Amino acid sequence: MADIALAPRSAKTQIREATTWDQLKHNRNWLGFWFMLPAMAFLIFFLAYPLGLGIWLSFTDTRIGRIGQFIGTENYEWLWDDSIFWLSVFNTLLYTFIASAFKFAIGLYLALLLNENMPFKAILRAMVLIPFIVPTVLSALAFWWIFDSQFSIISWSLKHLGLITQNINFLGDTTWARICVIFANIWRGVPFVAITLLAGLQTVQPSLYEAATLDGATRWQMFRHITYPLLTPIIAVVMTFSVLFTFTDFQLIWAMTRGGPVNATHLMATLSYQRAIIAGQLGEGAAISSAMIPFLLAAIMISWFGLQRRKWQQGEAND
Amino acid sequence: MTDLPTRSIDLKAVLSGSSPTVAKGDHSEGMSYLQSLPRKFVTVYLPLSIIIIILLFPFYWMALTAIKPDDQLLDLDKFNPFWTWNPTFKHIHKLLFESYYPHWLWNTMYVAVCATVLSIIASVLAAYAIVRLRYKGANLVGGLIFLAYLVPPSILFIPLATVVFQYGLFDSPMALILTYPTILIPFSTWLLMGYFKTIPFELEECALIDGASRWQILIKIVLPLAIPGLISAFIFCFTLCWNEFIYALTFLQSTQNKTVPVAIVNEFVDGDIYRWGSLMAGALAGSLPLVILYAFFVEHYVSAMTGAVKE
Repeated sequence: MADIALAPRSAKTQIREATTWDQLKHNRNWLGFWFMLPAMAFLIFFLAYPLGLGIWLSFTDTRIGRIGQFIGTENYEWLWDDSIFWLSVFNTLLYTFIASAFKFAIGLYLALLLNENMPFKAILRAMVLIPFIVPTVLSALAFWWIFDSQFSIISWSLKHLGLITQNINFLGDTTWARICVIFANIWRGVPFVAITLLAGLQTVQPSLYEAATLDGATRWQMFRHITYPLLTPIIAVVMTFSVLFTFTDFQLIWAMTRGGPVNATHLMATLSYQRAIIAGQLGEGAAISSAMIPFLLAAIMISWFGLQRRKWQQGEAND
Repeated sequence: MTDLPTRSIDLKAVLSGSSPTVAKGDHSEGMSYLQSLPRKFVTVYLPLSIIIIILLFPFYWMALTAIKPDDQLLDLDKFNPFWTWNPTFKHIHKLLFESYYPHWLWNTMYVAVCATVLSIIASVLAAYAIVRLRYKGANLVGGLIFLAYLVPPSILFIPLATVVFQYGLFDSPMALILTYPTILIPFSTWLLMGYFKTIPFELEECALIDGASRWQILIKIVLPLAIPGLISAFIFCFTLCWNEFIYALTFLQSTQNKTVPVAIVNEFVDGDIYRWGSLMAGALAGSLPLVILYAFFVEHYVSAMTGAVKE
């Protein structure tokens, strides 16, 4: 019995050579390649290629329906002397700085408020996020109606409170128009900042606050020396995103003012749309949007190196 | 990249309010007994309610305008503008039966679903390869995908318009279905990478020993475990598609092919003051599908948002 069990049933089969086909099927790098293929195809054809094409277009005099010639830096030289372009750069920077600062301050404040213990917490938090869910254009239209020159509910309320006598021309006056679009942008951006910071806040150990309270720290000291340092990494990321998306904003402006009155709310994105698609000067429009790239790179760099320094201070290994 | 040094983010707790910062059991109130009620009213409830009222007022105003009769909309002296006693469905009726609105809703839905499904498939494969196959240069590719997330549509729309025109896709939904993934793939790949990392390696090793191929592992082991992540990615991508404006504005021309955001801005806004009712009804109807979706999947939204930022 035992002999039978031990005897080899057949000779061991020869291990065959790995063919090219096996390599393609099982080699880690080839498998990785196959798995990456769909995503890479999309990103190369519709992201990397257009990005390069956009920079190329900015050096040509392409118009809609006509292939352009290479004209060197003529578009940029033209823009250099264009006061409307510089106005749009100024507007974009103003819009980005003011809106981001307010979004950060109000968002952080709202996150701290929502982190308190209170009834109906879950519902309150869910409601806060609604402005972020609703498509920007649609809420921008609501603001357009709220800021209407004749039927604005704000003018009506202020008149009835006796604060003003005339309707405010919200979107017709240059200063007011800027304030209104910045306000609408803050309104839309605050929920995102608040909810992400809230998620960060909840990772802070409560024992730290208890210890600080025993040591006699005030609420401000607790915020300054416990909450803020622990939140810094997440703040850096959130604000990078916020700055990038504010800087390249298009839809809010387009729905509310279309760059008017007298170009006071034209951002670089809206100006490039107007020049490229409406006026048909693709080359010039591409030059305007390419001019945004250095600003974006600067924003990314600042937050990137900010993060690196943070890690180094905390003595963390990389990643 | 930026994980907080203390704890990982508990997403359920973010929304359900059962914050982990509050110790459970006999002192479930945490340190809040240190604050008196009147003080808490001034420092917490009052500012919080002001902020929430400002955040929600535009929606109230949208809804109210959509059901107000025209004469009340324009006569602010005779009627109190903050309320109406005789709501009308005239604007909504006009929207649904006398315009292309149902068409536009369908277009938006169609484009959003197709683009989302395409990008989720591509991102699942890419994220799995980056996290688990770890082929040569996987980290570099992961970094590049993150950078792709930072490339905004407002830089790309001009060259993309020429590309779309060359491929003969101009004014067709395919133009949007193929270009939206460039916004969605980086985001959802990044999100899914985070989810895949949490799935234990040992499960896959067991399957490999049992002779499963990589493809079988992905379909039968990894995906079922990553369903919450897939839902998050799906919903968030869907919302981004619905919200997208500049590509739809540039690539579509004929009225019937437009998506809701573009159509409302272009077709309803013609300076006629009597349009306000239908305009607001259209804005409301365009946001409702997303708000309803949001109401069902609040946690997934938050996990998608924080997931994208966390890494």
